Amino acid sequence: MTARVGVITFPGSLDDRDAARAVRLAGAEPVPLWHAEAELNDVDAVVLPGGFSYGDYLRAGAIARFAPLMDRLVAAAHDGLPVLGICNGFQVLCESHLLPGALTRNTSLHFVCRAQRLRIENAATDWTRAYEEGQEIVVPIKNIDGCYIADQETLDELESSGRVVARYVDVNPNGSLNDIAGICNEAGNVVGLMPHPEHAVEALTGPSTEGLGFFSSILQRLVGA
Amino acid sequence: MTEQIHEPGRDQAGGSDRGRGPEHAGSAEQVGGGGPEYAIGTEQVGGAEQVTSVEHVEGAEQASDAGQAERPAGPPTGVDSVARAAETPERDLPYAELGMNDEEFARVRDILGRRPTSAELAIYSVMWSEHCSYKSSRVHLKKFADKAPQSDALLVGMGENAGVVDVGNGWAVTFKIESHNHPSYVEPYQGAATGVGGIVRDILSMGARPVAVMDSLRFGPPDAPDTRRVLDGVVRGVGGYGNCLGLPNVGGEVVFDPCYAANPLVNALCVGVLKPEDIKRAIAPGPGNKVILFGALTGPDGIGGASVLASATFDEESHRKRPSVQVGDPFMEKLLTECCMEIFAEDLVVGIQDLGAAGVSCATTELAAAGTGGMDIDLGMVPLRDQTLRPEEILMSESQERMMAVVEPANVERFLKLCGKWDVPATVIGEVTDTGRLRMTWNGETIVDIPPGTAADEGPVYERPYEPPADLGQLQADGPGRLPRPSTSEELRNTVMWLAGAPNLADKSFVTSQYDKYVLGNTVLAMPEDAGVIRIGEGPQGIALATDGNGRYTRLDPYAGAQLALSEAYRNVAATGARPLAVTNCLNFGSPEDPGVMWQFAQAVEGLAAACRALGVPVTGGNVSFYNQTGTTPINPTPVIGVLGVHDDVNRRVGMSFNVEGMSILLLGETRAEFGGSEWANVVFGHLGGLPPRVDLAAEAALGSVLVAGAHEGVMEAAHDLSDGGLSQALLESCLRGGLGCTVSLPDDPFVELFSESVARAVVAVRPENEARVVALSEAAGVPVRRIGTVGGDAFEVEGQFSIPLGELREVHQGALPALFG
Repeated sequence: MTARVGVITFPGSLDDRDAARAVRLAGAEPVPLWHAEAELNDVDAVVLPGGFSYGDYLRAGAIARFAPLMDRLVAAAHDGLPVLGICNGFQVLCESHLLPGALTRNTSLHFVCRAQRLRIENAATDWTRAYEEGQEIVVPIKNIDGCYIADQETLDELESSGRVVARYVDVNPNGSLNDIAGICNEAGNVVGLMPHPEHAVEALTGPSTEGLGFFSSILQRLVGA
Repeated sequence: MTEQIHEPGRDQAGGSDRGRGPEHAGSAEQVGGGGPEYAIGTEQVGGAEQVTSVEHVEGAEQASDAGQAERPAGPPTGVDSVARAAETPERDLPYAELGMNDEEFARVRDILGRRPTSAELAIYSVMWSEHCSYKSSRVHLKKFADKAPQSDALLVGMGENAGVVDVGNGWAVTFKIESHNHPSYVEPYQGAATGVGGIVRDILSMGARPVAVMDSLRFGPPDAPDTRRVLDGVVRGVGGYGNCLGLPNVGGEVVFDPCYAANPLVNALCVGVLKPEDIKRAIAPGPGNKVILFGALTGPDGIGGASVLASATFDEESHRKRPSVQVGDPFMEKLLTECCMEIFAEDLVVGIQDLGAAGVSCATTELAAAGTGGMDIDLGMVPLRDQTLRPEEILMSESQERMMAVVEPANVERFLKLCGKWDVPATVIGEVTDTGRLRMTWNGETIVDIPPGTAADEGPVYERPYEPPADLGQLQADGPGRLPRPSTSEELRNTVMWLAGAPNLADKSFVTSQYDKYVLGNTVLAMPEDAGVIRIGEGPQGIALATDGNGRYTRLDPYAGAQLALSEAYRNVAATGARPLAVTNCLNFGSPEDPGVMWQFAQAVEGLAAACRALGVPVTGGNVSFYNQTGTTPINPTPVIGVLGVHDDVNRRVGMSFNVEGMSILLLGETRAEFGGSEWANVVFGHLGGLPPRVDLAAEAALGSVLVAGAHEGVMEAAHDLSDGGLSQALLESCLRGGLGCTVSLPDDPFVELFSESVARAVVAVRPENEARVVALSEAAGVPVRRIGTVGGDAFEVEGQFSIPLGELREVHQGALPALFG
C-alpha cells in the first residue's frame, strides 16, 4: 500500500501541480482536493501548496482560511492528520491558528526568489524525519510576505520546545525573527515552511533534490517505507 | 464639437451619482486628451485606485454574483443611434480628437453611406489606430511573409493572436512578444503588469497553457532620478503580475541607454504549450452560435489607451494621460487561465479572442470578420464595474482579464457552469449571424451597423515617405578608431573591471531575483543563462527561448542591427543545445511620420526578413510599437527579437557555468577588430559611431550547428555566447556562474581578443578527452576553433597580462545594480 496525500487547490494556488509531482516522486499517491468541497476524501496527509490564494489582496492566506474545506482540515489536524503548508500554505495555517505567529512583508520590501540554504532543526516531525537534525539543505525560496514574526513569548516557546523546524543559513532572505524558515505545532503533525521543498525534487529543474525528504518523510511515517 | 454629439447622453446622465461635469461629455473627450477640458483626469485617477482596492478585496465575492449585475433603472436614452445618424447627417463628430484624419473619416462615411454614430466612430477610430491597424507598418511587414523560409514546423503564422509551431512528439508551442512601452512610463507598475497580462491572454486564446514569460526591458541612464522610479515600478509590475499568475520568468534583458529616459521599453514575451489538434482560432462561425464575454467586469480602464497611449508622443502633457493606463488583476487572470483550460479540454468553443487594445470593439469586429461575417450584440448585456459607462466607453474600455468566446448553443450551459466553478463572470452578449453586418443595440436602439471587415481588416494603409536620417553619414563616419585603446596590462585589467560593473553588463540578479523562476517545476535553465529552457509534457523534450536587441547597432545601421539581434538570439538558443526553429519580434521605433524613423523601420524589417530566410527561421508573429520618442527625438531603433528553439531531450542541455576543474576552453568563431556600437566604446567613452559588427549569417548557422551537435553528443560541459562586452565578459560570467576561475592565453592583440563584439562566436568548456571531437565538429562545419585556456583556480587570468581574483570581479559585477537601485 501507499499513502494518499491530498493537495488542496484554492483559487490562486500556483504550486499545486509541483506539490503533487513531489508527492508522486516520493512514492505516494497525490490526491487533488478542491477548496469548495467539504470532504478530505480519506487522504492520509495534506499539503497546502504555495501561491496567492484569492490573489492575497488582503493579508496572505486570510481568505483561504474560510474555504469550506478548511473547517474539515482544521478539525482533522487537531486529530493528528499530518499537514504541510508551504509558503502560501504556511500563511493559511497561521491564519487558521493551526500554527502561531504571522508572515508579513519581507523587510527588503521586494519579492525574493533564490536558492536558499536551510538547516533542519527538528528532524522528528511527520514531515522531516527523513533528515538528520542539523542537516543543511538547499531549496528555493520565493515570496514577498515571508517574514515570520511572533511575540517574544511565542518565540521563546517555539525555541524551547524545539518547534522551529528549519532555519535560514547564510542569508535571512526576508527578515524572519530568529531566522525561522519553518515551525510545527506541539504534536509535530502540522508543519509550516516558507521555502519550497517541492521545487527541489529533480536534478533537472531544482537547485538540488534535497527537498524530497519532506515528502519521503510523510511516506515513512504513514507506511513505514 | 464633442459636446454636440454627446449632448443628449449628458443630459440624461447628469443626474448620475458619478456626478460627471460637462467636461466629461463622453468617451471622445477622454480619447482626445490633452485639451483644457480634460479635467476628468484627476477624478479618474482616484477612481481607478479605488477600484483596485475594492475589486481586490472583494474579488471572489464580486465574481460570483457578477453574472446577475443589474444595470440601474433608466439608463440614459437618446443615444446616437443609427436612425439618428441618418436623420442628422451633418452633425460634427470629434474624429480628429480620436486620432482620425479627414481622409479616414471620409472613408468611414463612404463605407457606411452615412455619418457614423458615435459608437461606430469609437470602433473605427480604435481599430484604425496605428496600434490596432498597423497602418504605417503593414506594407513593410508583408516582407516577413513574402520572404519567409520554408518551414514544415509552422502551424499558425502571422496574423493570429500568436504563431504556433510544431516542436515534435505531438506537441506544439505558441509564443509572442509584445510591447507595453508608453503605459509603463506613465504608470510603471500597472503598465508593466498589464503588459504581462496582455501577452499571456494572447497565448491563452490560441488554446495553449501558458508556461513561461520573459521580459525585455530598457530604461534611461541608471543614474537618472526618474530611472529609479520607472525601473522599480516596472520590475515590481512584471513580478507582481507574473508571480501571482504562476508563470516562471525565465529570461529577458535589462538595458540602460539615455535614449530611453522618457520612453522606457517594456516588451513582454509569453510561451504556451498545446497539442496541435487543439489550436483555437479567433473566428465566429456558425449563425446562431452564442457570443460570450467572460472574465473581469468592464470598467473605465484605459479608455482610449489604444489610440492615445500607443500613438502619441510623450511630452509635458503625459501626466494628463495617467487615467488611460489599465489596472491589472493577476488573480482574475489565473482564474481565467484555469477556467479556459477546462473549457478547452471539453472542446466547448468554436472561436475565441482575448480582449486587449480596443476591447470589445476589437474582439467583436475581428471575430465577426473572420467568421461567418455577421454578429448581433446587445451592449447592454456587458457586465459593468461602473454602471454609468456609456456605450462608446464600453466599446473602447481596455479593462483587463477579459475574453470573448463563440459557443454552440448546446454547450452554453456547460460553458457557464465551468466559469461558475472558477468564479469567472460570464455573460451571453450576442450571437453569430449571416447578415454580414456587425450590429449592436443599446436599450433596443441600434447604435452600430457596420460590415465588420471594414473595421478589422480594411483599415487605411500608408506608404509613408522615408529617407536616411540626416545625421547618419556623420555618425557612421565617426568610427571608434579614434578612441584610445588600453595598451598596458594594467589598463586592460581596469577595462575588464570597468565593463564587468557597467550597468548594461553587470549581473542582473537584483531584477531577476524578484521573479519566480521555479513555479510549474519545468524550468531547466533561466537567467542569467543564455536562454530560458523549459521542459514540456514532463520531458524529455523541451524548448529554449532567448530575446535580444541592440539599439546602438541598429542606430548605426538598421538593416544590420535587426540582423544582429536575430543573430544573437539564434546563438543564445543554440548555446543551450537547442535547434532554433522560429522567430517573434517586437519592433520599437520612433514616429512613423518622421521619414528618418520610417527609413530605419523599413531597413530593419528588410534586414530581419532576409536574415530569417537565411537562417531558415520564420517570423510567426510580433508587434510594432511606434511613437517611441521624446519631443522630436526618437529612441534608437530597437527591434527586439525572440528566437524559439527545440530540445529533443532537455537532459542534454548545456549551461554556461565553468564548474569542472581542468576543462579546456575553446573559442569558436573568428574575432575581428570590431568596436562600432560596442559596449567598450559606450562604457569607456560614451561613444556611438562607425558601423556595427559585420553580419555573417552563414557563420552563425555553422556555429549553431556545432553547438547543437556538441550538446547532442554530450561532449560540451559549458557553452556561452559572445556578444556585448566580448570574450572578457563571456569568460568572467561563466567563471562567476560556476565558481571557478580560468587561465587563457591571447597572444595576438589582447585588447581586440577581449573586447571585440564580432558575431558568430562562443566559448565552450570541454573535458580534455572530448576536445578533439569538438574541434572535429567545428572544422567539419567550417567554424574556426582554437583552444585558449583551462578552467580552474579562483581568478580570471590572461597569461602575461593580468590576474583578477574572482572575489574582486564578483564584487563589481554583482554589486553594481544593488548599489544603484537597492
